[in-house]
Amino acid sequence: MILIVSFLVVAMLAAAVSAYFFKDLLSAVIASCMVSLLAAVLFFFLHAPDVAMAEASIGAALVTAVFVIAIRRTKRYEE
Amino acid sequence: MSFLHNYIYYIGAFGLIFIGLFIMIAKRNYIKVIIGLSILETGVNLFLIAVGYISNGTAPIFSKAGIEAENMVDPVPQALVLTAIVIGLAVLGLVLSLAIRLYKHYGTLNLQEIKEQRW
Amino acid sequence: MRKIIGIILLIIIAWGIITSLQEMPFGTSRAKVADHYINKGREETGAANIVTSVVVGYRSLDTLGEVTVLFLAAIGLGAVLATIKRKEDRDTEKASLILSTGCRFLFPPILLFGAYIFIHGHLTPGGGFQGGAIIASAFVLMYLGCHEEKKINETGSIISESLGGLVFVVIGLIGLTIGTRYFLNNFLPKGEFNTLLSAGIIPIIYIAIGFKVGAELSKIIDLLMEES
Repeated sequence: MILIVSFLVVAMLAAAVSAYFFKDLLSAVIASCMVSLLAAVLFFFLHAPDVAMAEASIGAALVTAVFVIAIRRTKRYEE
Repeated sequence: MSFLHNYIYYIGAFGLIFIGLFIMIAKRNYIKVIIGLSILETGVNLFLIAVGYISNGTAPIFSKAGIEAENMVDPVPQALVLTAIVIGLAVLGLVLSLAIRLYKHYGTLNLQEIKEQRW
Repeated sequence: MRKIIGIILLIIIAWGIITSLQEMPFGTSRAKVADHYINKGREETGAANIVTSVVVGYRSLDTLGEVTVLFLAAIGLGAVLATIKRKEDRDTEKASLILSTGCRFLFPPILLFGAYIFIHGHLTPGGGFQGGAIIASAFVLMYLGCHEEKKINETGSIISESLGGLVFVVIGLIGLTIGTRYFLNNFLPKGEFNTLLSAGIIPIIYIAIGFKVGAELSKIIDLLMEES
């Protein structure tokens, strides 16, 4: 159990760090979506199914959609 | 092992908070700053839920007859975080609409050019 | 320069957090108010899900304020984006038949799933906020998949949004006039525990919140999508 949780935390932090390094904003948004998804799994392990459901539907789906729409209306690459 | 068992969720939560804060400080692109804000928000939510956890606990739902109230995790941070996530989406939409306005006005999203900063 | 200052700031914050985390053990105790909610919540509100009984039962006035904040954010977004003139369309590719048919096929089951989530909010994990978000994601799917019918029904969204808010406030005012006379008093009978028709006003308020949140979130997506 603790190994699974450690693996998830390490993957989550790695996704967050890669959101810093990506020059392509779409890739960074997908990385932050990954952070939200893994956080939802961690919420489930912490016995918070309500919050896990909200995080999976809002944090991983709708936030990504809003970001992608905003990037489409502005600029894709960070200079 | 017991160190990991005690602190792994706190490490994850504060790792997210630090990475998000660092992105917000170090990056100059407006959208990148907002991505850092959303990562920071996830970290804060994870920390609040981890504070309410009880070892060997159950979810706060009386779905079956045999569930005892003694072992349930704290429901108050869960209710708080539940509303915070929804508010977070609305605030994010507002901030991104400001980003679209900024891009229409200045033609760039670089905060250094917009604010004419020295450093 | 900026990064160095950032790292110094983060080190100071990290030092403060590490010293204070020594006093905060993981997974041992919970607050006194949580004990009251868990031990008495079943009798006082009748909801099986304690998180629901906190959000809509004990702290429902806060939830009303939170829904208002959501509404204000949607209004602000509309006001910020209202002045942008519509530009000519970019060269977008039309969705293929398989994609648009699949989206149209998936749309009703996702709506049904969202409705299931918020109707059963007092029994299972989930509730108005999650169900509303799932409904809004169904609209996102329609926007992305089917290009030609990418307008949501304007009057339908306005009606469901304002009806949700109105039902919430009116039920609160009814609770103010009868019974123990406080706002959002649970005046309906509690019913049998752990069945669908239980917990008094909690399912009704959560259904209203579900409609309101679903309409608002899909309106946010619609406003951002509108002018390309």
